[in-house]
Amino acid sequence: MRTWVRRGGLSTLVFLLPLLVIFGVFSWLPIVRAAVMSVQQTNLVTAPKFVGLENFQSVLADPLFWTAVRNTGVFALIALVFGYPIPLVVAVLMGEVRRFRGLLSAIAYLPVVVPPVVAVLMWKFFYDARPDGVFNTILGWVGLGPYRWLQSATTAMPSLVLEATWAAAGGTVIIYLAALIGVPAELYDAADVDGASIWQKIWHVTLPQLRGVLLVTLILQIIGTSQVFLEPFLFTGGGPANSTLTVLLLIYNYAFGSSLGGDYGAATALSLMLAVFLAALSAVYFWLTRSWSTS
Amino acid sequence: MSTPTSIRPVVPAGPQTVAVEPAPRQPARWSVRWARRRADDQPPRGIVSDAERRTPSVRVALQLIHATLLALLLVIGLGPILWLVKASISTTQDTLRSPMALFPSGVDWANLATAWTRVHIDLHFANSMIIASGSWLVQLVVATTGGYALSILRPRYGPVLYWLVLSTLFVPAVVLLVPLYLTVLDPPLLGVSLINTFWAVWLPAGANAFNVLLTKRFFDNLPQEIFDAARIDGAGPYRIFWSVLLPMSRPILGVVSVFAFIAAWKDFLWPLLVLPNPDVQPLSVRLPTLARSTELDVLLAALTISALIPMVLFLVFQRTFLRSAGLSGAIKG
Repeated sequence: MRTWVRRGGLSTLVFLLPLLVIFGVFSWLPIVRAAVMSVQQTNLVTAPKFVGLENFQSVLADPLFWTAVRNTGVFALIALVFGYPIPLVVAVLMGEVRRFRGLLSAIAYLPVVVPPVVAVLMWKFFYDARPDGVFNTILGWVGLGPYRWLQSATTAMPSLVLEATWAAAGGTVIIYLAALIGVPAELYDAADVDGASIWQKIWHVTLPQLRGVLLVTLILQIIGTSQVFLEPFLFTGGGPANSTLTVLLLIYNYAFGSSLGGDYGAATALSLMLAVFLAALSAVYFWLTRSWSTS
Repeated sequence: MSTPTSIRPVVPAGPQTVAVEPAPRQPARWSVRWARRRADDQPPRGIVSDAERRTPSVRVALQLIHATLLALLLVIGLGPILWLVKASISTTQDTLRSPMALFPSGVDWANLATAWTRVHIDLHFANSMIIASGSWLVQLVVATTGGYALSILRPRYGPVLYWLVLSTLFVPAVVLLVPLYLTVLDPPLLGVSLINTFWAVWLPAGANAFNVLLTKRFFDNLPQEIFDAARIDGAGPYRIFWSVLLPMSRPILGVVSVFAFIAAWKDFLWPLLVLPNPDVQPLSVRLPTLARSTELDVLLAALTISALIPMVLFLVFQRTFLRSAGLSGAIKG
């Protein structure tokens, strides 16, 4: 014991104390607790009761669960269609700009630093369904609309995705720009010597070189969009007619929503199911970045 | 996903992807910084070769593309923000009737003052600052002390502990939502609920594995001889931490600070759950409630004020921001 102290064991422990306490109480303990709670019935009043897989069964039997899964899938899919190719195109074009690149990337990134709540509340006003609404006014100039945006079950989800893409695309552009800088100049030189056209260089040099980053951003985007909460919560509250109810919103409603209220077991069961899906994706992500970083 | 509290699709940086190397302190002169910045950001060459740039058709096409790109970025990226600033000093009638017109009935500066005082944006602004600063401090303390112990002091159980920390990266924030809420409601050994106190936001923010990973990898790359020399000179572990390690860690502390502050400023769901009392709510939580009860022009002014701080921070620390953002997807090597 004494040699342990003399060799610095105690001071090491002092330095580790913040990490141990914070991670212990606010990370490791809740993780274990989540696993336990998913097989319990907890209502904070009576002692928790073991119920086996009942929570999972009741979630799977909830018709809203399938609605939420489908909506989240739709959100992720539309977000991919909107949000995946656009930043790539913008970044490739920006990579060829010689002057004002700093200014351009700053403008592209600016929406990312707008607080999400501010962005959503602002866009909610843009989506005003009156003919005098901001978007309806603009579209009216070219003879389109007025559209009902958030108030119609068919356009609500795409409207959410549009805002989310606006808010996040700048970050992806910056990631691609950083990756573009890493493309070795010799590859382009060699392509020039071989007489490749600009399109051929993009197709045969740039895109293969970005392959790794493209996969990483794809997985990151799926991980992000499957946890979408803020947009449906603030824009529509899940409506109209549950057309924007997402998995995370359903978890929130199970645990904290006033109508159902306090079903912590179902909430943790559903979050665990989502977690397994996301952890699998993060594992793929981790594995991909790891194998590339060593090569 | 690294903080248990951020639910929004933040772009988490990949553990293996970070290439922040300990750099010597940058010279403070602006001209030098500019030169460095341009050298850093400019690729040696792009897709289009110099010869191609000289052909008239390519040159015209490029110029056309650049002009379009700039115009689109300005309209789409900057447009909504500029509109918000405009609307925050317009009257409600103007904003409702002709949202795209410029001040048909004059500028209404009073909105900003009304939002600040009568709607108590000042209070919530202060709350946001307190929450962000506290979260920042907790994250910095946990990351630096933990990183120091794991990287430099290296106890025998260090690898196991590091693995335990890293494994939380694979656990998405969603899982923690309910159990963490119940933990804050009734924390172990404390006996007092943390609900409606800032501690409920500050402390969980510290459990950020990504910060620990960043600092540990940074410390790993520092030259070991410096620590050996300090030890031979008789410096104890506390002295080395404070006078040797921290001064050398500015670059990584900058990155961690930016991430921490912005994440805290943006966070919504977690403070919404643990701070039901309006008096302690940050801007992000309070604004949606205000949206239902406040007149439109004042609300838009409040939104503008809330967006201002992070945008100013971004414009000042642009380099750190964009580099951190680029890091999150960059593959090392």
